[in-house]
Amino acid sequence: MKSRDFSRSLWVFHLNTGSCNGCDIEILAALTPRYDVERFGMKLVGSPRHADVLLVTGPVTRDMEDKLKRVYAQTPDPKVVMVVGNCGNTGDVFYESYNLAGPADRLIPVDVYVPGCPPRPEAVIYGVVKAWKLLEEGKRR
Amino acid sequence: MIEGLLLRTALVPIIACAGILLGLLYRGLDRVLVARMQSRVGPPVTQPFRDVKKLLLKENIVPRDAVGWIFNSVPVIALSVTVLILLYLPFIGMEPVLEGHGDLILVIYLLLIPSLALVLGGFSSGSTYATVGAQREMVTMMSYEFPLAVASVSIAWIISAANPGIAAFSLGAIAMNPAWAAVGPLGLLGLALLLLTMLAVMPGELGVAPFDVAEAETEIAGGVLVEYSGRNLAMFYLADAVKAVVLGTIVIALFLPWGIAGSLGITGMAAVAADAIFYLVKLFIVIFVGSIFIRAAIARFRITQVVKAYWGYATFVSLLGLLLISLDMLSRLL
Repeated sequence: MKSRDFSRSLWVFHLNTGSCNGCDIEILAALTPRYDVERFGMKLVGSPRHADVLLVTGPVTRDMEDKLKRVYAQTPDPKVVMVVGNCGNTGDVFYESYNLAGPADRLIPVDVYVPGCPPRPEAVIYGVVKAWKLLEEGKRR
Repeated sequence: MIEGLLLRTALVPIIACAGILLGLLYRGLDRVLVARMQSRVGPPVTQPFRDVKKLLLKENIVPRDAVGWIFNSVPVIALSVTVLILLYLPFIGMEPVLEGHGDLILVIYLLLIPSLALVLGGFSSGSTYATVGAQREMVTMMSYEFPLAVASVSIAWIISAANPGIAAFSLGAIAMNPAWAAVGPLGLLGLALLLLTMLAVMPGELGVAPFDVAEAETEIAGGVLVEYSGRNLAMFYLADAVKAVVLGTIVIALFLPWGIAGSLGITGMAAVAADAIFYLVKLFIVIFVGSIFIRAAIARFRITQVVKAYWGYATFVSLLGLLLISLDMLSRLL
């Protein structure tokens, strides 16, 4: 199924699962006048119910395991999950730490990985564009 | 009479579609202009159309804790009532479609219903954030109601004093007899204060910053709308967009009802077209001052500040306007 319905209208919900705020600040930087993702119709929303993209940062601590799964279930279909930052991708320096339940793709299906510690806003925007293409082509898991 | 009825019925879908289109267009302009004011490029003007189209495709989730029938019916009520108000409003020198069936008082009451629908939706969605948002929405609603009523009643009073025997609360009559022409210098000042009050009430009615306490994404995660998704969210979005047109048209009918065709000496269809364009310009200016500019300029108030702003300052300004108008009336009697 090919559609252009998600073309330039992606609403992103940002979930911090124990991140150090490095990635989160880079995500906010993407909203600033210099990068301005609103040009492409992207918007950060306050509730997962409004979201098309679930953007996860952080290595998923034990406390956040249940919340991550619930927020994933709360996001209406069709949706894509995007993990931003090394921690969310692999666990990074927290790998095999006793208090981690993650990385995120052990708990929920992840569609787009954006590595970097933290990734630059360009990388975050590129990741969102990939997510949008997945939604358009209906290739999401 | 039958012909009139047919014409009116034919006008209903036209006005409804025009209202929704204009509302979405206003939303697009709002986002572009706010972005420009923040030195960003901003989305294209057509962005709200895309957003609504996308929302209609999304899954429509009803939470387990929600009261399903209320949760699903209030978005329909909000949208349909907002469109219904359009039928009571005069456009470009025409009488309202439902002229004689309801007046300004009814419109003020109908304006409450979309807000009440939001409140009900918030309470019925079974989420703490939505409950907090619904309570805030109620408090905001109670705060701006009084200055709005003072402004409307003052206008009706001026018009009934100037034209004895007229149905003073009829919006058609109000739009035909501009209040500015019927008062002296003191009254003009009073009317200006009332116009200011109406413009201050607009962002509260529309739930935009600085009065967006009920939605407040950064504190209560979307507030009243937190559990809404897909089709229901799209309907609330549309209702909000149409409400901007409704409020803009009310301000125009009460305070800026002039057409341009008469002064330009145009007649026939060209006059209607000229008036329509002039109406759009007025609507844009009213919405720009009452919503877009204020949203970009001021950050969100706390709920206590909202109450203070409306019950305190806006009420004071509107009563001062009413006082000036009464003095004007008295000075004429003497």
